[in-house]
Amino acid sequence: MTTAVVVFPGTNCEHDVVYALRAIGEEAELVWHRDTDLSGFDGVVLPGGFAHGDYLRTGAIARFSPVMTEVVRMAEAGRPVLGICNGFQILCEAGLLPGVLLQNRDLKFICRPVHVRVEHTNSILTRAAQEGQVLEIPLNSYEGNFTATDVAHDALEAEAQVILRYCSPAGVVDTAANPNGSVANIAGIMNPGGNIAAVMPHPERAIEDVLGSSDGKIMFESFAASLEDANV
Amino acid sequence: MSDVALHQALGMTDNEFERVCEILERPPLNSELAMYSVMWSEHCSYKSSRAHLGRFPTEAPWVVVGPGENAGVVDLGDGWLAALRIESHNHPSFVEPYQGAATGVGGILRDVFTMGARPIALLNQIRFGPLSNAHNRYLFSGVVSGIAGYGNAVGVPTVGGEIAFEDCYAGNPLVNVMCVGLMRRDQLVLGTAGSPGAVAVLLGASTGRDGIGGASVLASASFDEESGAKRPSVQVGDPFEEKKLIEACLELYENKLVVGVQDLGAAGLSCAASEPAARAGTGMDLNLDAVHVRERGMSAPELLMSESQERMMAFVEPDKVEDVLAVAAKWEIDASVVGEVQPGNTLRVFHDGHKVAELPASSLTDDAPMYRRPFGEPYWIEDLWTNTITYLNPPNVEHALLKVLASPSVADPSWAYEQFDHQLFLNTVVGPGSDAALLRIKGTDKALAMTSDGHGRYCYLDPRRGSARLVYEAALNVAMVGARALAVVDNMNFGNPEKPDVMWQFTQSIEGISEACEALGVPVVGGNVSFYNETDEQDIYPTPVIGLLGLADPAPDRPPTVGGAEDGMELWMFGPRHSRNLAGSAFEKTIKGHVGGRIDSPDSTIAQAAIDLVIAMVEYELSPALHDVSDGGVAVAVAEMCIQSGVGATVEFTDWIGLFAENPHRFIAAIPPARAGYIEELASHHMVPISKLGRFGGEHLSFVTDGPGSARLLLSDARAAWKGAIPNRMA
Repeated sequence: MTTAVVVFPGTNCEHDVVYALRAIGEEAELVWHRDTDLSGFDGVVLPGGFAHGDYLRTGAIARFSPVMTEVVRMAEAGRPVLGICNGFQILCEAGLLPGVLLQNRDLKFICRPVHVRVEHTNSILTRAAQEGQVLEIPLNSYEGNFTATDVAHDALEAEAQVILRYCSPAGVVDTAANPNGSVANIAGIMNPGGNIAAVMPHPERAIEDVLGSSDGKIMFESFAASLEDANV
Repeated sequence: MSDVALHQALGMTDNEFERVCEILERPPLNSELAMYSVMWSEHCSYKSSRAHLGRFPTEAPWVVVGPGENAGVVDLGDGWLAALRIESHNHPSFVEPYQGAATGVGGILRDVFTMGARPIALLNQIRFGPLSNAHNRYLFSGVVSGIAGYGNAVGVPTVGGEIAFEDCYAGNPLVNVMCVGLMRRDQLVLGTAGSPGAVAVLLGASTGRDGIGGASVLASASFDEESGAKRPSVQVGDPFEEKKLIEACLELYENKLVVGVQDLGAAGLSCAASEPAARAGTGMDLNLDAVHVRERGMSAPELLMSESQERMMAFVEPDKVEDVLAVAAKWEIDASVVGEVQPGNTLRVFHDGHKVAELPASSLTDDAPMYRRPFGEPYWIEDLWTNTITYLNPPNVEHALLKVLASPSVADPSWAYEQFDHQLFLNTVVGPGSDAALLRIKGTDKALAMTSDGHGRYCYLDPRRGSARLVYEAALNVAMVGARALAVVDNMNFGNPEKPDVMWQFTQSIEGISEACEALGVPVVGGNVSFYNETDEQDIYPTPVIGLLGLADPAPDRPPTVGGAEDGMELWMFGPRHSRNLAGSAFEKTIKGHVGGRIDSPDSTIAQAAIDLVIAMVEYELSPALHDVSDGGVAVAVAEMCIQSGVGATVEFTDWIGLFAENPHRFIAAIPPARAGYIEELASHHMVPISKLGRFGGEHLSFVTDGPGSARLLLSDARAAWKGAIPNRMA
């Protein structure tokens, strides 16, 4: 089972994601954004960074990169497709997930650990976790403020597609625990099938205690388990 | 415009113009004059400082590349090398804070990846006027956004640095940035043109009319009310272009496709063509018509002086050119073959089919003027040293401590650091806010420690003692995470060198840095000099900034942190007892608004002993929490440990002055009681004085003195003062 980690010009977390996948025993390879054949891969990660410089609008140019045709094909075939941070923005722009990521409420870049609560465990990102589990994961973004129309947000809630919310260390979801103004404290969502998921904080930065937290491992273990069994 | 007016407009003196005429044996053409004006600028030629920089000790067995290249390089063992450099972007950041800071980051990164290394860490040293002033807040906020906007996007973590506020920086903020890169030994590349026949390939961004004369007109002149008109001399940064350029260059090195590389920073093409040729002892033909440009109709002098960012010059054997262009195409960066290395030493430049310059390449670098500017001890220094305060009664110590904790130079810098990505690459074991950052080298047992230290007040009161103390403090800081100092880079921020007082401060500072580096056996492998930091004739405090790289091998499994103290642990101070000298202290500055007296002298023997002791303590995991005693003295050091550990402390002291004194070579440790005996033995073996001051525990910070001046305050109040200081002022 091999995962494609897509590199757009301006992506910068690709090596960290490969490191994290290999750390849990998975195979992972970098794929350039001009590649048009992902047939050898079982899943895809769109890592964080600043694809195409975030110019125009985050993810707006990346969705037109040649590799995205293959990413859409794999998503539609039920293969695991994960977006982290900038990858989240790209999946929204590509229409694979609803909503959009706006600038943080305080108009400042935020780099610090936050806590997220696992809301549902039927996604490629959370299947190894427990519902209600609180994870400490570093946030690192300027446009991390998830926003959706009322209709789209209601649909996400009704279909149980919100998989992670920002919370206090004790697991309380409230305004004080919301770092960036995200609607309903949303930190991660999935598609109705659960094979496409995205998260704003960076689980690959939380895979070893020596770096502050290993809570992100469970997300990669969830992803790895999903590779074996594409229909979550 | 007459020739005389032109050279003056370009920042050259009449004498310098005459020197050019002598070298060429004729008056220079406009393009030639443009090249000399930027290459002979203070910023590029170090003409006022070169005569003194030779004082620095620069040699050690582990130095691979010393000063003079784009960055210094040191050997880490097992085939690993680290490259490091520090630079200033003071004047551009005053004129345009966001772009000034952003392009400072871009420039220092290029210095490091030019050497073949992947940049893995940035540290910023930024200084402003007081935050009570709206313009200073604008500058602070703009600089922090610029660092974040560029550093985060280009994908290099900002792992540390320092932030300070002082009246003298109001008209002239300091924005310094240090970069550390990592490489395998066989990836080292130098800034050489190679041998005749090699081809010069210009990579990266197109050349435009931005930043023309940045080095001469902006960086090497003083400020006055007209400075805003210099905004067109500030460059504009594009981190996306730089990110692609980094990846493309690293691929070129990996595939052994280049013989040399030079980045285009200050002086642009003039520098990138002449310096590598001068180093290689060759000539060069440069064809400006081949340069990829962002606008039509640029003149030859404009092309030669442009400081458009994100450009590199690669020197390539002819049979590798196709491969180089293919790598550039893959990473979606532009590349143009713009020149060819020639025998001899003549640099010829062609534009529109005409020869627009023909001069000895080395004359732009080696023949630059060197000034031995007059210097002498200022008449006011004795008065400054005797200008001390006599304290008859103690202050309200609780109130004073809260006020010092809430002074922005002492307070929690998280407001800025949380805007910087400090974790990328998964190396950051200890990040910003500690005495030093610690970055592991994956796949090895090694880790790199890095820190930077500057202190304008200390160096104003005594540039020699102050500068030496910076080196000792930096070396002690990396020892706190288990590392031994390997190399220093210095950023010398000073006022107008045409004033003998300023030159005296400069020479004294070099002496102090050199003495301390010699005492510790740490070489200076590179640096930068920034003069003319004055506005309306008011010079800044002399502000050398020391960047220091250390190696922990093996890296500690559990490095101590400032916030690692726990209830019941003993609180010990290591190093000399406190002095009764408050000169230059945060207390005197904050509470009395006073800067006077003479700071205590460092002691190289105690400095080395304290460093050896703390390295042993880290190695044997004797203390989970260490913090050096610096701004604010023991009172602030203990308060910061308590705030970050979430536990109070009771400290016994003989005298309130000792709480705030800032004499050097001291640190505080939290010690589990069972280990206290062993630590006493170890400290005695290293001949470091120690004293048990008290114990961690409770919800209060209590300082109990024999005489008057005891204090007891709630930890939560101390935390609110320290954490809230900068956010409240910036809200």
